[in-house]
Amino acid sequence: MATLTLEQVTVPLRAFELRLSLAVDSTFALVGPSGAGKSTVLNAIAGLVKPAGGAIRCNDETWFDAERGVSMRPEERRVGLVFQDYALFPHLTVRQNVEYARRHAADEYLDRFQIRHLEHARPGSLSGGERQRVALARALARDPEILLLDEPLAALDAHTKADVRAELQQLLGGLEIPTLLVTHDFEDAAALADRVGVLVEGRLRQEGAPAELVAQPKDPFVASFTGANLLHGWTDGPDGSTTAVRLEDGTVVATTDGGYGAITLAVYPWDVTVSTHRPDDSAMNVIAGTITAVTELGNRARVTIGPISAEITVDSLHRLGLQPGRPAYASFKATGTRIVASRPPETPS
Amino acid sequence: MKRAIGYGLFVAVAVVALAFLLLPIVGIFVHTSPGKVLGQLSSPVVKDAFVVTLKTSLIAQALIILFGTPTAYLLATHRFVGRSFAITLVELPLVLPPAVAGLGLLAALGREGLLGSSLSALGVTLPFTQSAVTVAVAYVASPLYIRQAIASFEATDPHLTAASRTLGAGPVRTFFRVVVPLARGGLIAGLALSFARGLGEFGATIMFAGSLRAVTQTLPLAIYAEFAVNFDTSLAMGGVLVLISALLLLTLRIGLSWQRSPSSRSPSLFGLSSSA
Repeated sequence: MATLTLEQVTVPLRAFELRLSLAVDSTFALVGPSGAGKSTVLNAIAGLVKPAGGAIRCNDETWFDAERGVSMRPEERRVGLVFQDYALFPHLTVRQNVEYARRHAADEYLDRFQIRHLEHARPGSLSGGERQRVALARALARDPEILLLDEPLAALDAHTKADVRAELQQLLGGLEIPTLLVTHDFEDAAALADRVGVLVEGRLRQEGAPAELVAQPKDPFVASFTGANLLHGWTDGPDGSTTAVRLEDGTVVATTDGGYGAITLAVYPWDVTVSTHRPDDSAMNVIAGTITAVTELGNRARVTIGPISAEITVDSLHRLGLQPGRPAYASFKATGTRIVASRPPETPS
Repeated sequence: MKRAIGYGLFVAVAVVALAFLLLPIVGIFVHTSPGKVLGQLSSPVVKDAFVVTLKTSLIAQALIILFGTPTAYLLATHRFVGRSFAITLVELPLVLPPAVAGLGLLAALGREGLLGSSLSALGVTLPFTQSAVTVAVAYVASPLYIRQAIASFEATDPHLTAASRTLGAGPVRTFFRVVVPLARGGLIAGLALSFARGLGEFGATIMFAGSLRAVTQTLPLAIYAEFAVNFDTSLAMGGVLVLISALLLLTLRIGLSWQRSPSSRSPSLFGLSSSA
């Protein structure tokens, strides 16, 4: 797969300066609060914003290099940029929008994104999910070397968001080009990307796999931002009032959410209790294991037991004498879990 | 009770104001019968004036589009030192009394004017030629088109032009396939206004081009020249101009309702809503 690299890319913004080095070779999510400079990164890669310094390269081709005075124009960089508001041309039909990128490729992409029936419609009459599919079809019809997504789920209401996220997940998994997406929502980032970078005030605070960031946040900001634990597992569907999910390590946990197939569960660290003996209370889920990491963040501490991290006070940490290597139990209620991604098993055809 | 009287007063005032605006138009059409108008239209004076007006107006509007559109786009999309000065300059002919504009054109482009010697070196004489009419019309009418064009270009979503660029279209293709179609309604509205203003041009034309029949005598100049001699001919030409103006007003309305814009800002007729 191709690689996009950013080397010390510098863009002065109103309140701070963006300075970023990054290598994207699969699906990378840049997360951060609004105003952290996330969109500016995408605009700099697309050539819509000219950085003050640094270099941007894609597959050995230099798109921008401040020192060598190289700056390719946006139309010369093969970039598929999907804007937050999708930026579909309102005066053109769906087909014309896709053809705008490449004249003879429209049919292929209209079929691939299941928007053939909308080909004569204008963007104004489409739903949020349909607009996103048109925007993606148009961006990929350009035959880009990298796909850039600006807040791909922010323009959708909560109701359609889950569906579109699942759709997007499937699409990104099947793409042969790297994807860089930006979002303010860590949960979305973890669901869509296999690497996540936390961008705050123009600087990358931490980079890693979603689970790494949850388990070992470098600072309190990343800790509060990354929020949930993500547990991957499998379920045969709801049984009674709960759904039993078999995790990768064999532990079975219960969730009050419904789902079927491959499942990702979110559990917030502050909803997880740590004890040195198997607890006997209303919490249905207990994960037994060895403490692999303890990270203190001021008066709070993150304790990682197997696949899950708990956030407890430093006082409790000391009272229980929790240290890496010691056995411990992490427990949480079935009501404290959320299914954030679910993929039904593929039916043999 | 008091409120009812106050409301009635407002209605009465509005009726008087609207009647006042309509009265002259009614006057023209009541004074002449349609048959008489048609008869007068075939008189050579009217024909000549009509041809001169049409020819000079069309050339002037073509020049306004050709020079005004890129100027407006530049002013709408770029922030640079002297931008507000440039915008003020665009509006200058709007506030300049037409007679003064004509005087200024003479002082600049006349035989003894600022550029007079350079022009005569090129073998060009402007004053009191048909080209002078075109120049005068273009000068006074251009602000109406350019202002509306700036407002329309400012109202187009910058994300759409950015999207066009990332999809592989250069600036020129982007301009013609995205910017102009989106601003189309506003541009047509501006052109209608500019056309109407140009058709009625009197002061600057008579100062700079004179009123020579079949050469520089436009319909408004012919109306003035004829009304002491043959009032009916004047009225007939007046009727023609009223009809053309009505048509332009309709075009303007349609153009403005066409102006589609993804942003909430609607282009106002005289709104240079730019805060720069």
